[in-house]
Amino acid sequence: MGRYVVRRLLQMIPVFIGATLLIFLMVNVMGDPIAGLCGERQCDPATAAQLKKEFGLDKPVWQQYLTYMGNVFTGDFGTAFNGQEVTELMASAFPVTIRLTIVAILFEIVIGITLGVITGLRRGSPEDTGVLLLTLVVISVPTFVTGLLLQLLLGVKWGWIKPSVSPEATFSELIVPGLVLASVSLAYVTRLTRTSIAENKRSDYVRTAIAKGLPRHRVVTRHLLRNSLIPVVTFIGTDVGALMGGAIVTERIFNIHGVGYQLYQGILRQNTQTVVGFVTVLVLVFLVANLVVDLLYAVLDPRIRYA
Amino acid sequence: MRGARHARWAAGAAAVALVATGCGGGGGSGGSDSGAVLSASWGDPQNPLEPANTNEVQGGKVLDMLFRGLKRYNPETGAAEDMLAEKIDTTDSQNFTITVRDGWTFSNGEKVTAKSFVDAWNYGASLKNNQKNAYFFGYIEGYDKVHPDSGKQTATTLSGLKVTGDRTFTVKLTQKFSTFPDTLGYVAFAPLPQAFFSDHSGWLSKPVGNGPYTIQSYTKGSQMELRTWADYPGDDKADNGGVTLKVYTDNNTAYTDLLAGNLDLVDDVPAAQLKNAKNDLGDRYLNTPAGIIQTLAFPFYDPQWNKADSDKVRKGLSMAINRKQITETIFQKTRTPATDWTSPVLGKDGGFQDGLCGDACDYNPSEAKKLIQEGGGLPGGQVKISYNADTGSHQQWVDAVCNSINNALGNTKACVGNPIGTFADFRNQITERKMSGPFRAGWQMDYPLIQNFLQPLYYTNASSNDGKWSNKQFDQLVNQANSETDTGKAVQTFQKAEEVVRDNMAAIPLWYQNGSAGYSQRLSNVKLNPFSVPVYNEIKVG
Repeated sequence: MGRYVVRRLLQMIPVFIGATLLIFLMVNVMGDPIAGLCGERQCDPATAAQLKKEFGLDKPVWQQYLTYMGNVFTGDFGTAFNGQEVTELMASAFPVTIRLTIVAILFEIVIGITLGVITGLRRGSPEDTGVLLLTLVVISVPTFVTGLLLQLLLGVKWGWIKPSVSPEATFSELIVPGLVLASVSLAYVTRLTRTSIAENKRSDYVRTAIAKGLPRHRVVTRHLLRNSLIPVVTFIGTDVGALMGGAIVTERIFNIHGVGYQLYQGILRQNTQTVVGFVTVLVLVFLVANLVVDLLYAVLDPRIRYA
Repeated sequence: MRGARHARWAAGAAAVALVATGCGGGGGSGGSDSGAVLSASWGDPQNPLEPANTNEVQGGKVLDMLFRGLKRYNPETGAAEDMLAEKIDTTDSQNFTITVRDGWTFSNGEKVTAKSFVDAWNYGASLKNNQKNAYFFGYIEGYDKVHPDSGKQTATTLSGLKVTGDRTFTVKLTQKFSTFPDTLGYVAFAPLPQAFFSDHSGWLSKPVGNGPYTIQSYTKGSQMELRTWADYPGDDKADNGGVTLKVYTDNNTAYTDLLAGNLDLVDDVPAAQLKNAKNDLGDRYLNTPAGIIQTLAFPFYDPQWNKADSDKVRKGLSMAINRKQITETIFQKTRTPATDWTSPVLGKDGGFQDGLCGDACDYNPSEAKKLIQEGGGLPGGQVKISYNADTGSHQQWVDAVCNSINNALGNTKACVGNPIGTFADFRNQITERKMSGPFRAGWQMDYPLIQNFLQPLYYTNASSNDGKWSNKQFDQLVNQANSETDTGKAVQTFQKAEEVVRDNMAAIPLWYQNGSAGYSQRLSNVKLNPFSVPVYNEIKVG
């Protein structure tokens, strides 16, 4: 187990370097960011040259990348164009997005798995058909439509919530945005759980458990669900990274100042430091989440062992 | 559940209101509601909040509340009026003696003196400080030493600035510039307290100025709370207790918040909502002229666009654009078809000439077709209008303009839009002279003078002359106008220069842009100034 984790951690290094290099090159391809800082006029050449020097943009790309990576390992993620340290931006943005992700994941687990179990156990029933139709609708409607619609109905028409989230972004404010963010994945989790449950319901160990005379809820939770959760956990695990990085749309709609907002602004302003910094952290989150998922397999299914 | 939620939010709102009134309570002077605080939409400023480094509206908004300069532009007429300046004397339009009014202080108690201005201007001009508005000091003698185009700076202060007394200083310019005093209302010329220089990072995290508001708290990237400064010495004291500026990533969300009663003032109604704004808000929707003009510029560095008869092609294209229809259908009358190259906010005395463009700006498909043919046809058989696609709903109008041109010329491929991903990339391609056809050129005035609409845009090698148009006659007229000591004569000479722009159709004027805003029922006396920024200090709450 320990050796397996170490091996996986070592594997992360080339992935990490490759991913940051790609992002770095992509942002650089967009061209010189200084030109956008001076409004509808040409930057005066002296100031532009000096700004380039200050941000290290006058050096060749490979050298910029090496300097950047060197700084990252000492914890210095550089400075955004508005003079703020990128670490400062991260400190304000990540807690918000993490809260949003937690809300979204909770929705996926609680609602998604519950609905999946119910429909899986009663295949072909009216509830099953109803939920299937509902998930089909949720999957086919883009997030920004769901988001704007809920915002308009709940926020403006009925006045249940505030249409935008305050800078503090407390958990209670993030319920609706979290639901919107989770909606598509939630539908997938429901369907995955449903299929998995329906398949395992007919398996030998379930029949044995029932024959032993175990109570129904014990059969379902201990035997059936535990074995059916493996694909679902894989999905949710990889979704953590996707939710954190993919919150751009939701964060924009509800004016949440999280990672999506910083990335969006960074891209618009072609701010290499912000974009690469945030994406680097997201890559790390993604890798760690994947590792955790793999380790969870062993917990769920004792037959799986890592050496 | 629903009821309970309601009650909790109501209680929260009440608590917020109580806190707000408690904070602003000391600041009020007249009226019973002068302690109430309003909330307004904001965008994250692109640059650090230094006066000489702020060149966009969002940062400018805050600095306008925090600072008062020598002059201030009247929020209604746009006329430059003395603020901190007691008098600005000159006999030759080149040497100015400025006397600062007595009794002004910064909100930290420090007196505003001649030195506050001179230090601030020296800081702004100096190359080592990376100030993006440095070129505003370019007329002052010694600028080439503190801010050389290349190489190291050889001086740290401008030799043309001299403090001659506690409240007086002299300015020596490198050339005659009669309207120089009127430019001093621009934020780059604001005075700065000593704290700015001694504790720069501390100042940046919570700027201190001499305007009607002070900053209570500033969370970068999300919110700034400004409160009325009780001891503000000026006569434009704030009529409210303060303003809370909230950063919105998307102005659609701000508009939704306004409708839900979660926000008091939105000063940029999204294009998609313009249709509904009148219905949603009634008379709480503002649509007032601002000093912004949109034009199409041409790449004069491209020989294809700079032939002897090219002006005919440009005029023809101009006549193929149905400005009236586009401004009415796409912009819901928040733009007005342009008939000159300045802006109506200048007024007749300021140099605005309604109808100067004449027939060339009227929609006339048959004449357009004829002119373009006479001019040798469209270069390459097609025009590509370049624009940045990331902000400002430019795609909609560029497509409409192209449609209009295609219809007029009876050729579905005569014109296409050429979107460029980000503003930075767009500016880059312009700077590197990579434009192959007309491109979007918007101009928001820095100060309400006809000079500001002509010289930066059309003078040879001027900073915003993106098409690199160059005309000796125009340059000469601008020089002459700047050296005129009489303002009226200067304006007339600038108008002559504008006629040169017209005769050559150096750029196609499209429309004048209005400022739009919407506000909640709590507010009254909301106005937009000619820079399309709300006049915060005159807003009444309650």
